[in-house]
Amino acid sequence: MIGHVLFFALAAVLLSAAVGVITSRNPVYSAMFLVLAFFVSAGLWLLLEAEFLAIVLVLVYVGAVMVLFLFVVMMLDINLARLREGFSRYAPLGAVVSLVIVALLANVFWFRAQDTPLMMTPELRSAEVSNTRELGSVLYTEHVYAFELAAVILLVAIVAAITLTMRRRPGLKVQDVARQVAVRREDRVRLVKMDADKE
Amino acid sequence: MVPVSYYLLLAAALFALAVTGIFLNRKNVIILLMCIELMLLAVNFNFIAFSRMLDDVVGQVFVFFILTVAAAEAAIGLAILVVLFRSRRSINVDDLDTMKG
Repeated sequence: MIGHVLFFALAAVLLSAAVGVITSRNPVYSAMFLVLAFFVSAGLWLLLEAEFLAIVLVLVYVGAVMVLFLFVVMMLDINLARLREGFSRYAPLGAVVSLVIVALLANVFWFRAQDTPLMMTPELRSAEVSNTRELGSVLYTEHVYAFELAAVILLVAIVAAITLTMRRRPGLKVQDVARQVAVRREDRVRLVKMDADKE
Repeated sequence: MVPVSYYLLLAAALFALAVTGIFLNRKNVIILLMCIELMLLAVNFNFIAFSRMLDDVVGQVFVFFILTVAAAEAAIGLAILVVLFRSRRSINVDDLDTMKG
């Protein structure tokens, strides 16, 4: 019973947050609604007993990805009025497409699923089962190559993001330590010989 | 616990909302990226629900990798966005017509 209440409450918040993401006037609000959506999804994943992924979602998505989003949104000085032009022009088409998607998937997941395992309620596992241990025991054995590949993908992403955004501005005053150290007295000091003047 | 079907329906609704968002905000690249994140979230819901239903943890391993790739994608996408804004002073999709595609 409490599971149902929690599920429907969290689902309602998740869907309203998604509506907020796509209809907000200001991209900062969209980003904040997306943060809310991630938090609520983490709650729903906890209900599904995927505890490790729920924590990862909060740490990685809310903690890193959304901060990046917010940083970029606030750094760019964008003309909102122009971006909102024709906001509702394609709204009917979008509504039709999304209704079709929902209808097709609801047909599969609801009307045709009535007597299938899809309508089964998974049993709660005992408190001793550790989701993290379970995940780790397959992640580092069976899927270890995929895990290493994921690490390489992250490295590539770091290098790509840094090389894309790094730039040299002309006329910027920076220290060049090697040149400072290599400087010699003759480069800087000029001795001038002149006769003493008499008034 | 609720039936797995409920989670699948919720994920379907979330995915559909993200598709609608792409139609609504098709000029704003930032919100397009956010809609892609929402779609990936909906897909992850399906993976976790099925992993729970079949009592097979491999579905959660897959979600782990999707999260990794999605984080990399978001980082590179935002980097491209910043470079784009520096050269064009705009992130409007309509302004990106150099290649006349």
